Amino acid sequence: MTTSTPARTEPTSSRNAQVETSGIKPGRISQALHAGILIGSVLLALGLLYVFGTVSLFPLLMLGAAIYLVVIYVVGRAIEGRRHGLDRFVTGLVTTFFLMALIPLLSVIWTVVSKGLARFDAEFFTWSMRGVLGEGGGAYHAIMGTLIITGITTLLSVPIGIFAAIYLVEYGQKGRLAKALTFFVDVMTGIPSIVAGLFAVALFTLFLGPGARMGIIGSVALMVLMIPVVVRSTEEMLRLVPNELREASYALGVPKWLTISKVVLPTAAAGIGTGVTLAIARVIGETAPLLVTVGTTTNLNVNPFDGRMQTLPVFAYYSYATPGIPREAFTERMWAAVLTLMLIVMTLNIIARLISKFFAPKTGR
Amino acid sequence: MSKLIEVTDLDIYYGDFLAVENVSMTIEPKAITALIGPSGCGKSTFLRSLNRMHEVIPGAYCKGNVTMDGQNLYGKNVDPVSVRRRIGMVFQRPNPFPTMSIKENVLAGVKLNNTKISKSDANDLVESSLRGANLWEEVKDRLDQPGSGLSGGQQQRLCIARTIAIQPDVVLMDEPCSALDPISTLAIEDLMNELKNEYTIVIVTHNMQQAARVSDRTGFFNIAGTGKPGKLIEFDDTEKIFSNPANKATEDYVSGRFG
Repeated sequence: MTTSTPARTEPTSSRNAQVETSGIKPGRISQALHAGILIGSVLLALGLLYVFGTVSLFPLLMLGAAIYLVVIYVVGRAIEGRRHGLDRFVTGLVTTFFLMALIPLLSVIWTVVSKGLARFDAEFFTWSMRGVLGEGGGAYHAIMGTLIITGITTLLSVPIGIFAAIYLVEYGQKGRLAKALTFFVDVMTGIPSIVAGLFAVALFTLFLGPGARMGIIGSVALMVLMIPVVVRSTEEMLRLVPNELREASYALGVPKWLTISKVVLPTAAAGIGTGVTLAIARVIGETAPLLVTVGTTTNLNVNPFDGRMQTLPVFAYYSYATPGIPREAFTERMWAAVLTLMLIVMTLNIIARLISKFFAPKTGR
Repeated sequence: MSKLIEVTDLDIYYGDFLAVENVSMTIEPKAITALIGPSGCGKSTFLRSLNRMHEVIPGAYCKGNVTMDGQNLYGKNVDPVSVRRRIGMVFQRPNPFPTMSIKENVLAGVKLNNTKISKSDANDLVESSLRGANLWEEVKDRLDQPGSGLSGGQQQRLCIARTIAIQPDVVLMDEPCSALDPISTLAIEDLMNELKNEYTIVIVTHNMQQAARVSDRTGFFNIAGTGKPGKLIEFDDTEKIFSNPANKATEDYVSGRFG
């Protein structure tokens, strides 16, 4: 690249000479050598740990990575030159940090799956905790509670959130109301979930007096958390719809509301669907607001307007905080509940991916 | 079908900014009227004010009169949506709806308005519109495929088919060929020549050869300087504008001695 621009005006012979002096590079590190350096670094780290202390996995990987980074830089610089050596070093560094970021994630999955499988059985999904004092029992009541409360939250939040986003993007323009709405949405995305829970408690205390516990109160608390997320993601998606499509629709004599409902929303459907599913995933694991609004129970209660309900996060919390005897039975149920919750969230994520795949505008190519 | 448009003393604003000042012209039916002029002189703005697309932009409005066959398009009781149904528009960049197939794109004007249409009528309308836009032979075997899979020139003809499917009186074209190659441009120009038998056509173009080739009447817009309003300098038969314009600025522009 550096020689091509001036070389264009020069005679052919001198251009060839330049390429020969500047263009040919020394050899590259072969894959075998690279693998050798990697394995050697880990072995060296193993040896060092064995001599100076005890061998365990995490320090081994850290030390191995550090040795590898130094060696690959030195070797790379010697064989390939300064720029390639630095490139090797930075590539190694970035990969190391990527792997470090994966460690807690994989560790969580491993812990939850390995400990949760012990009680991940039919009884767990068909029994409640009614009358169960020790072993046995299940989280059927908690699963139903979580699904019902989250379902109601979704049914109420999604329309409100989507319509608010439509107002912001299509109608509000840059007006005062739109600015205020954006500001409060931003603030609300950041409020701690316990605040939402206490708000819902305070609200329903006005109507029902103190001490009321109901599924619907929990749904209201979760709504406060979910609406801002839906508004934000929908707003982003609507802004991505090119203005040309709106104008094309207007130019065909289509009124604004039909343009929005039939052109803008379908075009953004994939993104909105993904945003909504991720918003559900965000609230389904909330514990604190449900603890103060819905309470806890050992019985199955599927009526969100009458009395306490059990939910998976609260179930897990109480299994850990106030176990009975034997303690293992409660711990095992807790892990199974957490595993169930994780699987629900994972299913939601898969659904979000499928939505964005199937609803995305087709290119035909 | 085609109708005469009369513009008198039209001032077009973006908020406080006067973009185009005091335009008066008569747009003949069954003819192609070309609008030429340097960038930013208000040609497109003027074009968009003819079917009230201008006011879609926040803060934009205009003063003056635009009448189509005697009816004031800016009258108090006139619904801009109904104006746009009578005066269709083709944009600079082809913009088929990405969620719709070729067929649905042609039917967009009908379907988006929730108008009921029988299946056979719909098929007839698709065929006649696509034939009208010279696209039928190229796409008849893949009507159910997405419109965005077509080439740029085909997409633009699809947009024209979509526009004539609502059977407007007037078709406005905002630089319809500026994103296209010469062959697609030729196809669109041939198409315009056919369309003018039925429709009143107004086209904005930066290509003076194109204006000279296709149009019957030409209007030259100019701007005194940045921040000043654009004005209609001269409006006459295309032949006269390109051979013997009355105004010095027009002559400089069409002969390339401009700026």
